[in-house]
Amino acid sequence: MNTAVKIAGVEFQNPIMEASGTFGSGQEYSEFVDLNSLGAVVTKGVANVPWPGNPTPRIAEVSSGMLNAIGLQNPGVEVFCKRDLEFLKQFPNTKVLVNVCGHSTEEYIEVVDRLAGENRVDMLEINISCPNVKAGGITFGTDPKNVEAITKEMKKHAKQPVIMKLSPNVTDIKEVAKAAEAGGADGISLINTLTGMKIDVERQDFVLANKTGGMSGPAVHPIAVRMVYECANTVSIPIIGMGGISTWEDAVEMMLAGATAISVGTANFYNPTATTDILAGLKEYMKRKQINDVNDIIGIVK
Amino acid sequence: MKIKEKALVISQEKLAEGIYSLIIETKASQYAIPGQFVSLYMNDGSHLLPRPISICQIDKEKGTLRLVYRVVGKGTKEFSSLAAGDKLEIMGPLGNGFPIEGDRVIVVGGGIGVPPMLGLAEAHTGSVISVMGYRNDDTFLTQEFTDVAGDLIIATDDGSIGVKGTVVDAMEENKLEADVIYACGPKPMLKGVAKYAESHDIKCYVSMEERMACGVGACLGCVCQSKEVDDHSHVKNKRVCKDGPVFLSTEVEL
Repeated sequence: MNTAVKIAGVEFQNPIMEASGTFGSGQEYSEFVDLNSLGAVVTKGVANVPWPGNPTPRIAEVSSGMLNAIGLQNPGVEVFCKRDLEFLKQFPNTKVLVNVCGHSTEEYIEVVDRLAGENRVDMLEINISCPNVKAGGITFGTDPKNVEAITKEMKKHAKQPVIMKLSPNVTDIKEVAKAAEAGGADGISLINTLTGMKIDVERQDFVLANKTGGMSGPAVHPIAVRMVYECANTVSIPIIGMGGISTWEDAVEMMLAGATAISVGTANFYNPTATTDILAGLKEYMKRKQINDVNDIIGIVK
Repeated sequence: MKIKEKALVISQEKLAEGIYSLIIETKASQYAIPGQFVSLYMNDGSHLLPRPISICQIDKEKGTLRLVYRVVGKGTKEFSSLAAGDKLEIMGPLGNGFPIEGDRVIVVGGGIGVPPMLGLAEAHTGSVISVMGYRNDDTFLTQEFTDVAGDLIIATDDGSIGVKGTVVDAMEENKLEADVIYACGPKPMLKGVAKYAESHDIKCYVSMEERMACGVGACLGCVCQSKEVDDHSHVKNKRVCKDGPVFLSTEVEL
């Protein structure tokens, strides 16, 4: 049975990854899952310098989902390379995707340049879709012209393949996907979180200090499946699908819709072994359906 | 060692208005120390995030944890309906817990910050004075504090029993001195206790709370502000779930 998939020449032992921001760089979850068994570890967003993130509360629960407004707190690329990449060297079977964030094109470039010489980095995921930072993030990701321009800049500087992470907070995600492809992206990942809001009726005030937050969790899964399907039928570059995946069924659904690989996000918070549970479920499904190669299910539902 | 499992509910009782005591059998009891917490998961699958609940008492021989909590929302409401024989998904123990230090110590709790102090008072090797603050005479765990530590001073907001006022008022009135103060409760209380400790030149540990998602230090949802640059993100944010919930009062902004 073959579970390996390839994106931009990089082979992943299986299509199961975890979604950026839900898993740190894996240290905290290595108590629960064998990181070496994952297709890839996708790191939390890394900027050129440490970012303090937003004030608290940063977390709110909603029906079948949650809102977060962390604001990309991270230690900056120097500490990340010395500590997190060093830690990840213990897991040679697992590929490493580094999620890159910035307030400006120059900041993204600084991080991409710094990572160029790091051989533990297999791929870059450029975060142009975080809804929780005022500058950069989503402001880059919603205008197709900007997306094409920043993708070109990333490709100019990157030594690793470049995945552009797209926002669902757009009128037509197909246009943004096309722009990423036109800019030379090696792949796209979607969806980042949907901008939401929760108000405490007793306090008559916002639950989140940031007022708005990114919604994730099972409730957003059908939106993610639809968007992955639309993009898969619009562009020819591979897609990493994510959005509310919490079971193997969700993962298979996403692959049938057109994702070459999938990421598990919010589910890690309530099931620390969600990634490996999903991998086991996927294998079981392949066995039962007599599917010899996982690639045979990618995008077959038209 | 963190355990994620379905724990068995041994018993549940109501201690005061909205305050419940839940005893669960779990392997997590073997690894827990006072001041740590467990994540409780709801059976209602539309509520995904675990509820962090402090550990009140640990019984390693019986393999149980006692959790005393206040019903404040949907999660705790669901937990309050659990009865002996029910199962409850948990993960823990989480967080750092209280370091056992000093020969003479004061443990201070306010409101739903009272329960974790009982386990500490019980486990502490020094002589312990407990100072517990409540809204009114609908108190809880007071007999247990007297049983495990002897000296208990009560403060109530309305003065219906004990000292009228805050736990800090009670500490001042009794001119308490110690090597170490431990405190858990609302932030204004922690601030007051930290100030008392500073002015009396006493080392002080505070247990913080914040809305959490992962509970293991990955998501960075539950940070509190620290005075110095933190080790994890190199900003000034400590993770309440992983670096805490117990901090020196001098290392965090209260």
